[in-house]
Formats: sequence, C-alpha cells, structure tokens
Amino acid sequence: MQTANLLPLILVIAVIAYGLAYMRSRTVAGPLGGIRNLKALPFYYAARAALWCAIPALIVLSAWAAFEGKVIQNLVVGSLPSELLPQSAGEASLLMSQINNVAAGKLNPNFVPADVVGAADKLGALNAQSSQFKTVLVVLIAVLGAAFAWSRVQPQINARENVERTLRWIFFACAAVAVLTTVGIVFSVIFETVRFFGKVPITEFLFGTSWSPQTALRADQVGSDGAFGIIPLFTGTLLISAIALLVAVPTGLLSAVYLSEYASKSARSVIKPLLEMLAGVPTVVYGFFAALTVAPFIRDLAEMVGLEASSQSALAAGLVMGIMIIPFVSSLSDDVINAVPRTLRDGSLALGATQSETMKNVIFPAALPGIMGGILLAASRAIGETMIVVMAAGLAANLTANPLDSVTTVTVQIVTLLTGDQEFDSAKTLAAFALGMMLFILTLALNMIALKVVRKYREQYD
Amino acid sequence: MTNSRTQAEIVRQSLKRRYRKERRFRLYGMTAIAVALLSLVVLFTDIIGKGYTGFIKTTMTLEVVLDGEQMYLEDPTDKDQISMADFQAPIIAALQRYFPEAQSRKDVRELSRLSGNYASNQIRDLLQAQPERLGTTQTLEFLVHDTVSVYVKHADNPAYSIRLTEQQQRWVDELVEQGVVTTSFNDVFFSRGDSREPSNAGILGAIVGSLLTMLVTLVIAFPTGVAAAVYLEEFAPQNKLTDFIEVNINNLAAVPSIIFGLLGLAVFIGVFGMPRSVPVLGGLVLALMTLPTIIISSRAAIKSVPPSIREAAEGIGASKMQVVMHHVVPLAMPGMMTGSIIGMAQALGETAPLLLIGMVAFIVEVPEGFFSSATVLPVQIYQWASSAEQGFVELASAGIMILLAFMISMNGLAIWLRKRLERRW
Repeated sequence: MQTANLLPLILVIAVIAYGLAYMRSRTVAGPLGGIRNLKALPFYYAARAALWCAIPALIVLSAWAAFEGKVIQNLVVGSLPSELLPQSAGEASLLMSQINNVAAGKLNPNFVPADVVGAADKLGALNAQSSQFKTVLVVLIAVLGAAFAWSRVQPQINARENVERTLRWIFFACAAVAVLTTVGIVFSVIFETVRFFGKVPITEFLFGTSWSPQTALRADQVGSDGAFGIIPLFTGTLLISAIALLVAVPTGLLSAVYLSEYASKSARSVIKPLLEMLAGVPTVVYGFFAALTVAPFIRDLAEMVGLEASSQSALAAGLVMGIMIIPFVSSLSDDVINAVPRTLRDGSLALGATQSETMKNVIFPAALPGIMGGILLAASRAIGETMIVVMAAGLAANLTANPLDSVTTVTVQIVTLLTGDQEFDSAKTLAAFALGMMLFILTLALNMIALKVVRKYREQYD
Repeated sequence: MTNSRTQAEIVRQSLKRRYRKERRFRLYGMTAIAVALLSLVVLFTDIIGKGYTGFIKTTMTLEVVLDGEQMYLEDPTDKDQISMADFQAPIIAALQRYFPEAQSRKDVRELSRLSGNYASNQIRDLLQAQPERLGTTQTLEFLVHDTVSVYVKHADNPAYSIRLTEQQQRWVDELVEQGVVTTSFNDVFFSRGDSREPSNAGILGAIVGSLLTMLVTLVIAFPTGVAAAVYLEEFAPQNKLTDFIEVNINNLAAVPSIIFGLLGLAVFIGVFGMPRSVPVLGGLVLALMTLPTIIISSRAAIKSVPPSIREAAEGIGASKMQVVMHHVVPLAMPGMMTGSIIGMAQALGETAPLLLIGMVAFIVEVPEGFFSSATVLPVQIYQWASSAEQGFVELASAGIMILLAFMISMNGLAIWLRKRLERRW
C-alpha cells in the first residue's frame, strides 16, 4: 500500500484503540466503584492507547518511506551485468529513468537492452514486495502497540503522567524542527560547496572578477572553461540593494516619524495598514511591475535625456525593491521611536524645543542604534530578495556601478543555474550551492548583528 | 543699541525660522507617506489596467459547413482519416463567405491565421463525438487567434496590432462590425490549465495546485508551530538548549526564502528521493519556511494570556499539561490562528523556493492529487510574465489580481478573527 494511504489506516487503528481502551477503563472502573477510583481519567487511558498505537507505527513508516527508494534502486542497479553499470552519476540517473519508464509501461521494452527489461521487472517486483512488507509491518506494529496499551489499562497505573510526558516530548520535537531545518540548510549547502571547491579553487571563486558559468560540452570548445568569480555578482547585489535602501530608508523613516509624532490617531489607523499592505504584496507582483512597467519607463526616460539605459536596469529593480521594504523600515523605526521614554520627549518640549527639534536632537539620537538595526535587517532582506531581480535585473554579470546598466545578483544566478537543464556534478550546478552558502552566511551575519544591536538598545530603556 | 537685544528677542526673532523648519519637517513626513501610498496606488492601477483584458475572451461565431469532401474525410470513426483530415478547411470556407476576394494562397494563409490554433481540433472533436454531423451546417463558436484577440481588445493602441497584416486588420474590423467576432467573459481562463497559446490558457490548474500546496503547508506547519510555541513558552527549562532553539527560530525567520529551495532540492529531492514539482514537496518546503512566523506569533498569543488564568487552574489541582491544554491554548487560539493565516498568506505568495524544486515545469493538466505534478499561482504568474507573447502579459496580471484577491481575503479573515475572538485582558 502507498505511504499516503497507510496514514489514514494508522489513524483508523488509533481511533479504534482509543475507543477500546476507553471502554475497558470504564469496565475496569466499574467493580471499583466508578472512575474516581482509577489513577487517571478514562480519557488518559484511551489517549495512551492511541499514542502507543500511532507513534511507533509512524516512526517505522517514515523511516521506511525515506529509504525505500534508495535501497531498491541500489538493489536493482547492483543486479545489472557489469558492462551496463553506469560510469557517472549522470549515466546512473539516465539508466534509472529508463528502468523506471519501462517498469511504468511508458517505454517500449523492445527499445532497450534485455538486461534493462530484466531490471525493470525486478524493480516492479521489489516495489510490490516492499509495499507489502511495509503494510504488514506497520499494521502489525500499530496493533501490537494498541494491544500492549490496552492490556495496561489498570487502575493502579497513572496513565495521565505517561500521556503528559509523551506530549511534552512531542512538543519538544516540534520545537527542535527549527534546529533540524537549520542543520539541514547548513548541510545541504556545505556538502555541495565543498565539492565545488574541489573543482574550482576557492580563491578564484572569492576574488575572480569574471562570472560565466558555461562549462564546455566538448573539450575543444571555444571559451570552454567557465569562470566562477563572484565579485561581479556581489557588486550587482550591492548596487541593487543600495538603490533599494536609498529609496526605503528616507521614505520609511520619515513616514515612521510622521506617524508616531504628528499623525492623529484616526489617520494613523488608516495609513499604517495601508503601508503594511506594501509588505504583503507577493514579490512576484513587484517583479512583474518592475519588469513590465518601471524598467521600460526608466529606459524611455533615460533616452529622453540622452542617456543610454539597459531595458533591464539595476535602477528599476532597485527602485521597486525599495518600495517593497518601505514598510519594513517604517514599522521597525516606529517601534524604536515609540520605545524612547516619554520623559525625554516631554523634557525637550518643556524646554521650548519644537517637535521637529525634539525629534532631530533628542529622540533620533536616542533611537539611532535601534534604527540602524532595522536598516541592517532591511539590507539583509534586500540582499536575499529573489523574484524582483530574477524578473527585472539581467543575467549579464557586468562589473559596473552604473545604475542604468544591467547587472546580475547572487539570487538570480542561483535560480538560473538550478532551473535550466542541470548537469549532474558539473561545476555549474554546484556553484549554485556555493552561492547559496555565501548568501546564507551574509544574511545570517547581518541578522545576528542587527538583532544584537536592537536587543542591546532595548535593554538600555527597559 | 543693535547689540542690546534681550534673550527673549533673540528667541522671538528666530521663532519664525524655527516654525518654518518645523513645517518643512512635517512636510517631509507627509511627502514620504504620500510617496509610499502613491506607489501602492500606481502598482494596483498598473496591474488592473494591464490585466482586466485577461478576463475577456474574444470569439468568432461562424456557420461552418462540415463538408466531407473539403476536409478529405469520409468516415469520422476512422482514426487514420481523422488524423489526415483538414479540419481547418471549413473555417476558411466560412470566412471566405465574408471575404469572397480572399482566394490567393497568401490570402488563405492570412485568413487561416485569424482563428485560434485549436479551432480545427474543436471540429475534429465534434465529428468524433457525433459522426452523423458530417455534411451538416453548424453554428460554432471558436476562440480567435491570440494576435487577433490582442488586436480587438486593444483597438485604440497601435502597439498591439503589429503582428497582423493590414489586410488582416481590415478583415478583423469588418468581422467585429458584423458581430461575428465578439468579446465576452473569459470562462476559459477559469476552467483550464496552462497552454502554449494565451487565449487557451487558464489558471484553474495553478489555483488547484496552490490549494493543495497550502493544505500540506497548513497541516504540517500549524500543529508543529503551535506545539513548538507551547513548549518554548510553557515547558522549556532555562538552559543552553532552549536558548539555542530560540536563536535558531529567530534566524530562520530572516533566512532568504530561496535558501529553503536549496534545502528542498538537496535534502528532500536529493537524499529522500521525493518527486519534483509535486504539491507535497512544495507544501513541505513552504511549511518549514512559514514555521518561524507561526511560532513567533503563537508565542506572542500565549504570552498575552494572563497568569491569573494559569494560577486559578493550578489552584484547583490541574497538572501543568492540563493548565496548558485546557486553558491557555484555547484562550490563545484566536491569536495563533491569526498569526498562522498571515503566515499562510505569505507562503501563498512565495515563488523563489518553488522555482528550485521544479514547480516551474509547464503543466497543462489540472493537478489531481498531492503527488501529481503541479504549479502554483505565483509561479504561473512568473511564467506568464516572462513569456514573449503579448497575450500572456494580460493573463499574468489577471493572475496577479486573483492571487491578491486570495491574499486580501485571507488577511481579511485574520483581521475579522482577531476582532471577533480575541479577548483583551
């Protein structure tokens, strides 16, 4: 049976176990003079039975499902005669898909070697066996677990404590998912990055000034060795992020100041959600807007004043990205400005300063660390933003500071390297993971610093 | 004399300048807000202006004579004949009745490019389903060719007519005047999957794909997020491990979404061998991405439950778990749900990680289940927006309107929930 179909089955068995244990606990309680003489309420005996039934079965099921494919594949490939054995990872995947297609009936068996047909038959047989075993094993474990818990419905056993302890562990496991995710991210980028540095020296990657990840199909091809210098990508990313911050920081900051100091309560309650709507708009929408409206507009405008602009200018992407992070800057600065103690403000106003003087000379310096933290967070956002640049910035890795030129960014390259036809193990594919690692480290560092700055600042006034 | 101004005078004289500064500062703030709000307005009007035509389809209604001789078809039940027959001929003949002068080879070719690429399939399917119609005259409605559709919808904009010859433009104008070519509500858009031809493409496949993906995300992320929040707020001991988990959650919330795509590619596809482009995989990746948001908002909701509730429950002998499960979590539920809906809305609009795990494939069929290849709304929009055909741009912005409608209703639901259920203590 399929994994997806086994899940409801386990659920049904668990519900039955729950019901049976519930009834049994009442029967046990009967001669003792009611459920008040049990150590726990019938609900807990029943819940314990359901947990005993479901958890071991689910663990076995997920382990089986996770490794079933790989194990079967190895068995099938291992059964092939040695002359058919794949030489590289690319060949292996080709062979595997051939076998899969024959087994699924999509490929006519007459077109492939007889051994592949044999392997396909073997694959089918193994798959059938595996799913039979899996079904029997999982159901058996579920029933055994339920039976064990059912036999332990005894008045002197405190089921509540058992259930609560299990629940606590489940809750802990859920909290640990965040850690597992981080570990997963780190490992997924590290392994491939290390392999990438085996092919391309790390110094070339970090300090090279040319980026063209085309690797040769034939050895004698012109321009065959791809260049993997990350510097043009970083300058492109920084250029676009800088434009975005130039738009977002003044606008966001001044909006926050106006909203917190001048706006009436009713104006604030209307404007604030409207500003936050800007943050809720999906990035693909901004990308669409940047690529099809802003970029042509900028090109025409530049032409009118006699400048030459690319139709995929860094300026268009940066401007739209800036609009996207306005609410980010404004709501963070709003929080920080509001956290400045009332007394500082009142003191300044009482000395005769105007509101703007109070703002500029008292509140702003006091709030500066927090605002800087907010800007750092916004910068990390801009650097990691993908869709706007994928749609509106170009692919050409120009090393330039001209905002009317087309540049490319780290995120754009990750997407282009991984969405085209992928070659296995080529430096091109692995390069995407190396870029991902750079991006991860950079944004992580920015966030850590920003959070530290903000926290330190909060402590000052709390 | 001039130097004997008192302190008060100095202040009074500078007052004007200071007030001017004050007004200017205020103006800066207003300008900043105006700029932000204006960009919101421009964004929306641009998308609506580009996209409303996506909700309109252009069709032509023709009386076609299903003449077997003309189509080289004697027996519609014969598969070989069907595959060889010329189903375009009746459409051309019907058009020629409006334009008898179009007889040369070039004219016929231009005429044949007025009807959509799938118009001849329509006749084929009709004849296959009802072979007895052969030789009769039928009034049929065809989608026009994409270039014609764009031309008709943007009659006042010459930029949209460049792909039609002048003769074709004249013909189309004539047909519009005679009421043969008409526009109506685009039901095709809401009932089909993607297509290579804009007028034949629909968004239903992407909507279903998004719903399936979101369902997976919800089922994984909501219980996990709430449980993690409960653990961290109520049970976690003050130790290094707990601190580590908290730091991890905060950092994950700020990791660029594309990194989650790399995780999905390397771990779920690479290590666990999950199939590409399926809603289960997309939902899983988005769930990991949304999890920090849900945990953080759920923790805030749990924190806002006053300690008196906990103390009262503990006072009458409830265990810690009972306090949490019977009192704290139910009271915090509205806040948790609000945060989760907002997180889900974010996930619904997310594109980048899904590009990396192959949800960008060209998929015509509406997905049937969690394990069938699918695409989602934002990815579909991205694909249409990067297509060269003019007709796809309006579909992309129509798609954006639908996506935004979903997101606005989700956020509206969140706000309603908060207003309706949240209790102030």
